[in-house]
Amino acid sequence: MSGFAHYLPDIWAAIIAFAILTYVVLDGFDLGIGILFPFLGSEENRTRAMNSVAPVWDGNETWLVMGGGGLLAVFPLAYGIILNALYVPIIIMLLSLAFRGVAFEFRGKTRRWQKLWDKAFFGGSLIATLAQGAILGGLLRGPEVTGRTFTGGPFDWVSWFSLGTALALVAGYVMLGSAWLVIKTSHGLYDLARRVGQVSLIVTLGFIGLASLATPFLHPEYYHRWFQWPGVIWSAVVPLLLMVAGFGYWTAIRSDRGVVAYLSGIAIFILCFMGLGLSIFPYIVPASITIREASTTAMSQGFILVGAAIFLPIILAYTAYAYWVFRGKTSEHEHHY
Amino acid sequence: MSIFDIPTLDLARAQFAFVVSAHIVFPAFSIGTASYLMVLEALRMITGKEVFLRIFEFWKHIFAVVFGMGVVSGVVMSYEFGLNFAHFSDKAGPVIGPLMGYEVMTAFFLEAGFLGIMLFGRNRVNKWIYMFAVTMVAFGTLLSAFWILSVNSWMQTPAGFAMNDVGQFIPKNWWEVIFNPSLPYRFVHMVLAAYLTTALVVAGVGAWHHIKGTADDAVRTMFRMAVAMILVTAPIQIFAGDQHGLNTLEHQPAKIAAMEGHWETSKGAGLILFGIPNPSQERTDYKIEVPYASSLILTHSLEGEVPGLGDFPANERPPMTIVFFTFRIMVGLGFAFAAIGLWGGWLMLRKRLHEPGLFHKVALVFAPGGFLAIIMGWFTTEFGRQPYTVYGHFTTAESVSNLSHGAAWAALIGFVVVYAFLFGSGTFYLLRLMRRGPESAEPVENTPQRAGGVAGAMLANDVTTEKEEAHA
Repeated sequence: MSGFAHYLPDIWAAIIAFAILTYVVLDGFDLGIGILFPFLGSEENRTRAMNSVAPVWDGNETWLVMGGGGLLAVFPLAYGIILNALYVPIIIMLLSLAFRGVAFEFRGKTRRWQKLWDKAFFGGSLIATLAQGAILGGLLRGPEVTGRTFTGGPFDWVSWFSLGTALALVAGYVMLGSAWLVIKTSHGLYDLARRVGQVSLIVTLGFIGLASLATPFLHPEYYHRWFQWPGVIWSAVVPLLLMVAGFGYWTAIRSDRGVVAYLSGIAIFILCFMGLGLSIFPYIVPASITIREASTTAMSQGFILVGAAIFLPIILAYTAYAYWVFRGKTSEHEHHY
Repeated sequence: MSIFDIPTLDLARAQFAFVVSAHIVFPAFSIGTASYLMVLEALRMITGKEVFLRIFEFWKHIFAVVFGMGVVSGVVMSYEFGLNFAHFSDKAGPVIGPLMGYEVMTAFFLEAGFLGIMLFGRNRVNKWIYMFAVTMVAFGTLLSAFWILSVNSWMQTPAGFAMNDVGQFIPKNWWEVIFNPSLPYRFVHMVLAAYLTTALVVAGVGAWHHIKGTADDAVRTMFRMAVAMILVTAPIQIFAGDQHGLNTLEHQPAKIAAMEGHWETSKGAGLILFGIPNPSQERTDYKIEVPYASSLILTHSLEGEVPGLGDFPANERPPMTIVFFTFRIMVGLGFAFAAIGLWGGWLMLRKRLHEPGLFHKVALVFAPGGFLAIIMGWFTTEFGRQPYTVYGHFTTAESVSNLSHGAAWAALIGFVVVYAFLFGSGTFYLLRLMRRGPESAEPVENTPQRAGGVAGAMLANDVTTEKEEAHA
């Protein structure tokens, strides 16, 4: 195998990781706003909050399709096993996303049922987030695999650990959503978002601490990674970096620098993500299937890498443009047709 | 056998069939509507006529709702393969996965990226960028159709692949994979179906406003456009469908046998217009036949040989009854659409298209006909592919995930209940928008800014809304 082809699985693992991370930090803020929805005080505030994400949520959610579709494209074995193993939480996530997705369109179409679609937006966002967190927790514990088949049961993912990751993700998304509201709104909503942001930051960091203490004991392999050279450096440095990012978020959200707060929130997610990578790599289905074992042929990975190299930069460019078109504070009156 | 004895495999199939059938309605409509909006925006730029803007704004609101439902049901689809058919994903993934990856990267992001600008950005960008955004959304829907139909066509007529030592299909020649033998036919047939379906909906909405006496110039314009579109598209679609059938005869003869209702391979076979397949006796009862016509259509010769299902081993046969009936419903609807097009064209010629009459009632009844035809057509081709997922190579039974029976049941019920509620509500809102007509969808420039949610401005008359809801 030629030199480049040898690294295709690693390149693709990085691209899929990037897609999932992008999904989390983008859809994260609009899911976070959904979770905050009943607590925004007035009808006017809810409308304004929803309008601030209406033009972009669809693009945000496309990264979830990229994560799933990408997995099928380059690691089909992992796609099959992971989705089979996490059947229940994934279907719960998909149905919840459907509820909150249609709420964007439906809530403005009716007065009598507007409250119902408000609830759908909140409930869908909350349950989808919990499900995503539980998916992460369930995956980390390592599904039972025999040969090329998932051989565990439908509720193997349920554990205290996955409950913790589920709650952690709720706090994390609220943290991102608060920063977004600080960027996009003013007055009452903005003050509320500042307060919620501070609380959610503390809760998020608390959960990260707990999850970090629990993760090494999920699996001997993780323990080994975290507490032996060179992983131990990581274990020592990351809490420090998390403190720096947390401090950045804290000071920024208290002083109307929403963009800095949002970027600090992203930094927190990136650090957690790297911790995940350290625990799992080179496995893609933890403790059973490696990236290389799950890889399709170099011909498949190479073929779609050409597309990714061409289209991902273009996608990032026009996504950035779409955000730029709708830059600035959102008024209550905007972004309806 | 109680329904709780249904094998897990069939529950997985039912779930996939249900979610994909529910989904296809939305992209089919949004492919057609996106192209229609592109044409309307272009006509407005060229002619400067305000009427095109009013039609545009009207259908844009409808498009937004349809597209929203397409997104949420589409996200589900990207996970359905792995959820229910993990082994299929593992084995066929190296071939179909990259095609779906291209769909995401070239189409989904393009649509989503420019949709926000199209729906909310008219006042934020100049008219050329706006036109560009509308065009990219339309182009994205077509590209998406191309890639996913390439995947489906490859499953029907696999080409350009080899098998590796763990039993995976691996690509040998990407060109042969993507442009596999049935892709061109399927792509043309589906895009025409989307356009025809949309034209039928537009015509139906126009007809309703004619009947109710609320047909302003916007309604009349869109009605004329839609009738002309049906007149042109329906006959082309019948021709395209015939060509697609010849392609199927070449590559999937068992499917053709099931569609035609033939059990014995024969020369000079009659065309069965109606009958009731009787699989246990391997014959079709109560046949009404046109002599020689089946051979004539399929082989262009009176004495041509046409396959019969009885000549295939029992374990390689698709279920004839479903394929036979769904195919007839689709074809029957197709000819009805062509008749509607001709009728409307004749009225247009006689300058009576805008006089409310029987034609308008018929057009109203057939407004949702395209959706039914599309679903029937997909049932024909998907049931006709059984018992395989990758035709001739990999069976549906081999494809299924390792699922618990209870989880599969719960998921199926969950999807049916949630989809019925969400898409039922969506359909209700769509019908209400359509009933209000372009009158309520004022052009953006003239709309006073007001509160009331993402689509608040659409409630142009709040009093009307309250009144309508009281009636609902």
